[in-house]
Amino acid sequence: MASISSIIFYVLTFLSVYVQVFFLITFLENRKKIIIRNGITTLAKYPAVTIIVPSLNEEKTIYKTVRSLLDLNYPKEKLQIFLVDDGSTDKTLDVIQRFSRFSNIRVFRKENGGKYTALNLGLEHVETDFLGCLDSDSIAHPESLVRIMSYFERDPSVMAVAPSIMGNNSKNIIQNAQNAEYHLAVFIKKMLGIIGGIHVTPGPLTIFRKKVFDDLGPYRHAHNTEDMEIAYRMQKNHYKIDQCNDAYVYTNTPSTIKKLYKQRLRWIYGSINNAIDYRELIFRKKYGNFSFFTLPSIIISIFAVSFLLGRMAYSLGNFIFSKVLQFEAIGFHFSNKVNYLDPFFINTQTLSFIIIVLFSLITLSIILGKRMIEGRWNFSLNILYYFIIFSIIGPFWLLKAVYNTVLSRKPAWR
Amino acid sequence: MNTENHIDWKKYLIVFLFTVALFMTASYVSNYFGNKKIDQLKTIQDKISIDILSSETQFSLLSELSCKNISDSSVLSGELGELGSKLEWGQDNLGMTDTVSYLKKYYSLLQIKDYLLTKKISERCKTKSAFILYFYTTAENCSECEKQGLALSALRDKYPELRVYSFDYSIDLSAVKAMLQIYKIEDTKLPALVVDEEVLTGFHGIDELETLVKESFKLQEIKPELTKPSKSI
Repeated sequence: MASISSIIFYVLTFLSVYVQVFFLITFLENRKKIIIRNGITTLAKYPAVTIIVPSLNEEKTIYKTVRSLLDLNYPKEKLQIFLVDDGSTDKTLDVIQRFSRFSNIRVFRKENGGKYTALNLGLEHVETDFLGCLDSDSIAHPESLVRIMSYFERDPSVMAVAPSIMGNNSKNIIQNAQNAEYHLAVFIKKMLGIIGGIHVTPGPLTIFRKKVFDDLGPYRHAHNTEDMEIAYRMQKNHYKIDQCNDAYVYTNTPSTIKKLYKQRLRWIYGSINNAIDYRELIFRKKYGNFSFFTLPSIIISIFAVSFLLGRMAYSLGNFIFSKVLQFEAIGFHFSNKVNYLDPFFINTQTLSFIIIVLFSLITLSIILGKRMIEGRWNFSLNILYYFIIFSIIGPFWLLKAVYNTVLSRKPAWR
Repeated sequence: MNTENHIDWKKYLIVFLFTVALFMTASYVSNYFGNKKIDQLKTIQDKISIDILSSETQFSLLSELSCKNISDSSVLSGELGELGSKLEWGQDNLGMTDTVSYLKKYYSLLQIKDYLLTKKISERCKTKSAFILYFYTTAENCSECEKQGLALSALRDKYPELRVYSFDYSIDLSAVKAMLQIYKIEDTKLPALVVDEEVLTGFHGIDELETLVKESFKLQEIKPELTKPSKSI
C-alpha cells in the first residue's frame, strides 16, 4: 500500500517538475522576444475599441476604474466606454450616471442576472472591431490599452490579448502573498501565450477582436467563470490568444482569508468544470499545445495537490499517533540522548531534493514574472508568504471545489 | 484565425529528458549522502568493536588486578545507544537495504558481546551490573513495542549506568536466536524484557520498571546538578 502511494507520489512529482521545466525551457527559447516598453507607445493606426465595465455594488471602486479608462493613452474618439449596472442595490448607478456627460461613455442599467449577462448586454451594442471588459474593481495603467493593441497590429492572426494583472494597494500579508502569485501568473500566461495554450482571458482588460463573439456567440454562465470558458471556446476553434506582459492592470485582491477562499473556490471550481465541459479537447493533435500541455497541467495540478493533502494528513495522523504512544509510555519527557541536530538526521531522500528543485523552479518563475513587469531582478519576501499561505489554505479550496463538482455532477453519473 | 496549432514534439522530449536528468541527479545526490551515513554508521561500529575487543583483552591481561580498573574502562553503552537510534532512523529513511540489514546484525552482535563481557566482569568482580534485555519485532505493526522502546530510552536517560540491549526478534542471526532460546522468548508475547534473569512480557510502564531496576540493581538516579554520574558497578 505504502509503495503504491510512493509510486503515485513520484509520478505526480515527476509531472509537476516536467511542467515547470517546460515553462523554463520555453522561457529560455523565447527570452529575447519578451520586451518591456517604457514611456509612450504609439501605433501606426488606432482601431476603435469598446470597453465594457460590468458592475454590481461597486460604489467604492468604480469611480477609479472609469477614471483610469478616461486617462488611457488612446485617442478619445476611438474609445467607447460602456458602463453596465447589473442591478446594483447601492449607489453604483449614481456614480456611473455622473460619467454620462462624457460623449464616449454610455450607461446601461439592467436587472441583476450575473456578470456574463451584463457583458452580453454591452456586447449587443458594440460597433467597433475590438472590444474588451474591465472589471469594476480594477484600474488600467494609462499605457495598457495601446500596448495591448500593438500586439494586434503586429500579428493579424491574434484574436485576443490578455494584460499583466497585479494586486492593487496591498496592505497585508495575504495580499502580498497574492502579489507573488500574480507575478507567477504573468510568467505562466506569457509562456502559455508563446506556445498558444492560454486557458483564461481575465476580466480585467483582455481585448478581443469582435469577430470572436460574432463567430462563437456571446459569453456563457460557465460556472461563474465566463472569462475562462470563452478562452476554452476560442482554443477549441483555433483562435489565437496572446499575453501582453507590459500592459498593466491593477486589481483589488481579497484582503482576508475568507474572501480569498471564496474567490479561489469559484476559480478552481470553474477551472475543473470548464475542463470537464471541454474534455474532448484533451490529447487531440489538432488543438495543439493547449490540448497536450495546458489541459493536462491543470489536471495534474488538481491531482497533485489532492494527493499531497491526503499524504500530509496521513503523515500528520502517524505523527500524532506516535506522540500519543509516547505520552502513554512515558508522559511528557524530552529525550536528551539523541541529538536530532546531528546532520545525520537530515532527510536526504531523493524526493527531498526533488521538492527543493520544484520549489526553486517556482520561485524562479515568480522572479521571472516580476521581471517581465518591472524589467529588473528582484527577490521579495512575498514569495515566502505565497508559499506559506497558499500551501496551507490552497488544498482546502481545491478539495471543496472537487467536492462541489462531485455533488453537482452526481445525477448525471447515474 | 490561428493555424499555428502544431506541436513541437522534440521540445516535449527534451523537457522529458531534462526532467529525468533532474531526477537522476537528485537520486545520485541522495545516494551519495546515504552512503556517507552508512559510512558514518560503520565508523561508529568499528570504534565500538575495537572498544569491546580492547576491553576483552584488557580483562584477560589484567584479570588479577583490581576490578576497579576494568569496570572503569568498560564499553560505553552510550555509544551503543547512539548507534542504535541512528540505525533505527536509517532503517526508516534509507530503507532496509542489504547494508543496513548487515549493520543491524553487526550491531546486535556487538550488543551481545558487550553483554557477555559485562556479565563476565560482574562475575569476576562480584558486582552486579544493571542491564535489561529487550526483544521487539519490526516484522509486524507492534505499537506496544514502540511504547516499550520509548519507556526504556527514558529510563536509560535517568540511569546512565543502566544498559539496555535491544534485539529485533525477526533478525536472521544465529546469536540472537540463541538468546531467544535461552530466555524462551515467543513472538506472540512481544515486547519482552529480561530484568535480572526474569522474563517479562507485554508493555511495562516506566514507573514499574524503575521500581524493578532500583530494587534489583540499587541504581541511583542522576540529579540534574550532578555533573558526574555515580558509579555503582
